[in-house]
Amino acid sequence: MAALLGRSCRRFGFLSSGHGARSVSTETGKSLNLYSAINQALHIALDSDPRSYVFGEDVGFGGVFRCTTGLAERFGKNRVFNTPLCEQGIVGFGIGLAAMGNRAIVEIQFADYIYPAFDQIVNEAAKFRYRSGNQFNCGGLTIRAPYGAVGHGGHYHSQSPEAFFCHVPGIKVVIPRSPREAKGLLLSSIRDPNPVVFFEPKWLYRQAVEEVPEHDYMIPLSEAEVIREGNDITLVGWGAQLTIMEQACLDAEKEGISCELIDLKTLLPWDKETVEASVKKTGRLLISHEAPITGGFGAEISATILERCFLKLEAPVSRVCGLDTPFPLVFEPFYMPTKNKILDAIKSTVNY
Amino acid sequence: MAIWFARSRNLVSSLRHNLCTSTILIKRDYSHRPVLTTSHQLPSTVFSSPFVASLLRHESTAVEKQPDELVLHSDDQEEALQELDFPGGKVGYTSEMKFIPESSSRRVPCYRVLDEDGRIIPDNDFVPVKEKLAVRMYEQMATLQVMDHIFYEAQRQGRISFYLTSVGEEAINIASAAALSPDDIVLPQYREPGVLLWRGFTLEEFANQCFGNKADYGKGRQMPIHYGSNRLNYFTISSPIATQLPQAAGVGYSLKMEKKNACAVTFIGDGGTSEGDFHAGLNFAAVMEAPVVFICRNNGWAISTHISEQFRSDGIVVKGQAYGIRSIRVDGNDALAVYSAVRSAREMAVTEQRPVLIEAMTYRVGHHSTSDDSTKYRAADEIQYWKMSRNPVNRFRKWVEDNGWWSEEDESKLRSNARKQLLQAIQAAEKWEKQPLTELFNDVYDVKPKNLEEQELGLKELVEKQPQEYPPGFHV
Ligand SMILES: Cc1ncc(C[n+]2csc(CCOP(=O)(O)OP(=O)(O)O)c2C)c(N)n1
Ligand SMILES: [Mg+2]
Repeated sequence: MAALLGRSCRRFGFLSSGHGARSVSTETGKSLNLYSAINQALHIALDSDPRSYVFGEDVGFGGVFRCTTGLAERFGKNRVFNTPLCEQGIVGFGIGLAAMGNRAIVEIQFADYIYPAFDQIVNEAAKFRYRSGNQFNCGGLTIRAPYGAVGHGGHYHSQSPEAFFCHVPGIKVVIPRSPREAKGLLLSSIRDPNPVVFFEPKWLYRQAVEEVPEHDYMIPLSEAEVIREGNDITLVGWGAQLTIMEQACLDAEKEGISCELIDLKTLLPWDKETVEASVKKTGRLLISHEAPITGGFGAEISATILERCFLKLEAPVSRVCGLDTPFPLVFEPFYMPTKNKILDAIKSTVNY
Repeated sequence: MAIWFARSRNLVSSLRHNLCTSTILIKRDYSHRPVLTTSHQLPSTVFSSPFVASLLRHESTAVEKQPDELVLHSDDQEEALQELDFPGGKVGYTSEMKFIPESSSRRVPCYRVLDEDGRIIPDNDFVPVKEKLAVRMYEQMATLQVMDHIFYEAQRQGRISFYLTSVGEEAINIASAAALSPDDIVLPQYREPGVLLWRGFTLEEFANQCFGNKADYGKGRQMPIHYGSNRLNYFTISSPIATQLPQAAGVGYSLKMEKKNACAVTFIGDGGTSEGDFHAGLNFAAVMEAPVVFICRNNGWAISTHISEQFRSDGIVVKGQAYGIRSIRVDGNDALAVYSAVRSAREMAVTEQRPVLIEAMTYRVGHHSTSDDSTKYRAADEIQYWKMSRNPVNRFRKWVEDNGWWSEEDESKLRSNARKQLLQAIQAAEKWEKQPLTELFNDVYDVKPKNLEEQELGLKELVEKQPQEYPPGFHV
């Protein structure tokens, strides 16, 4: 499916990592795309901890998106390997390894195929520590999975399943927006003492290129970042969708609307304070994600901000999201929360 | 406790009773007593080497008699001393501590009918195929090749977004379909379009799906190659691997309850057998005694993952017995062997109401899909060997030609016709408009709920306001 990305995308540009990433040094690195940045993070993770492992379907030859290229050659087949085609097996095996004090960095080939592992993630990984009174934990587990639309993935190569996992106390959910962010957030996720589900925007694997520091650095989890400052409305998003939102911000600016854009980065547990502070300043909030609107993570953000900022809000919270349908192949351009839908929503929220 | 033992004893005696009645039937068809009960009755020595029985299997389509009558005739008192009275059936005791080996010393042999040169191996046990059927099988295998070639090229030219060929697996595709009844319900993986072709899905219908146009039954919602046809009893393909297996058990059970003269037939790859759903599907079918034929296309690879990284058993065929399911290994590149095995399996499934497992040994000659480059992970000469020396279409063609049923002239006529027809189908499919926008919202449920009505209304307003923002060709 790697060629999914080879074809031209209707969307263009991408949102580079801003200045705000605290642990990223000012040292400039090489220009890297997102899959290469992930690859670099995995090299560092395996190199810096001899008890770390990388495995999943087809990772041995580099993975269908090339994220694991060169790892098996460098670190050997005992630490980097193909698994049988079984997601529940991959995650369960990872939990076992992690429970023994190792770092298990597992790949689910597509987020759309994470569901066979749902039980292992929700009932096992997430509750391992709690149910044992902290006698056991599987904090060394990190589950990587490419997610999101690419233009022609249809039902099963396009989904954004983050909301399911945001409903599960005990795991963290992280989604990077760019190569530099991906590297730093992935290293933090791998080293975080809790199981983490790490969704990678596959649309950006090749598309997004920026300078990525070569050294080992981490970007803190559960810290959102204001990637664009503004006064009239706060926009909150994550992953690939931020690119679209940024374009809407630029267009809105031309019409005299000043937008503040926040990258949530970690969806669980999420940084309410940063969003709250921004909304208290702007008085308006718009959330956008590709996943269907109903029960999406936007609903959680909306409810929280209503609780915290009720008297400061000058308009209802707006959500521009995927439709409540399965992900449709030929109708994808209609399904998507496009720049124009966002721009319309910005205007009607500001003019409420 | 007492009740518990009494229950288990009753169960055993009722099983015995059933055994006796089915023994009478055995003489007429090639049935024998249910595998589950027999294995519980085996004396310990036999039980410790069940592989012997499976090795003997392939001499005929009939299931081997197992030497369990011996135990049936032993007297009760002796049995009580030698057997563990366990729920579900007695288990013989042994004082020998012996582990069942991880595999038998000899691999389960592969049933074949044709040799590499397309000649029937003498003294072979197979279901005869007459001229008309044979020619049709060959024609469809060749048509499938042409279809794969042309759609693959269309993808390379960017006319369709994705494609996946069945190259190397034409015999499994077509011969299995030929051996089934049109009433049998097929639950495919994705590398079995030949079954649909055999059942009468037209080249236009294939093209319409790949182009996702207005005539696609799936209404353009799924990626190319995700065919489905209610009319042809072919469930719509879904990308998640192995999910169709437990469903096939449910379909088979429904056919059983309705006393239909049909079975469920489901396909799976070697990779797919690693999924939990494989276990669920086989176990449910066995326990529910559902008429299901499981056909595993063991083509050596699951994308880049070699079968040695997939399982350590002797392939798939040996897994049947662990579930209490009859199984056979067949040369998947021998159309006559596939035909015979599937026909016999189907017959057993329907007349005896039981699942059967077939492992067809083959090879994925093409890349996994148009998104894959398999030269990155496998040897070119391996591909070449299977493409040339073990080519299933060439082998079957030789046999058909040797019978005088097929000529060079037939060949070129067939291929050029198929080619022409396909090019026309593609051109037509490309020109068709897409489904109207309202189809984005239909079929999520039987009727559109309010939230979708609202979303549809909102979207239509947007599209009318800014038509330039959306692709053309959709009726709003
Ligand atoms: C649940 C699930 N996990 C992963 C995938 C990605 N995937 C698609 S095909 C495939 C390999 C399947 O191999 P096999 O079952 O042997 O069938 P073959 O392609 O060889 O015919 C994989 C891993 C998927 N479709 N579904
Ligand atoms: Mg395979």
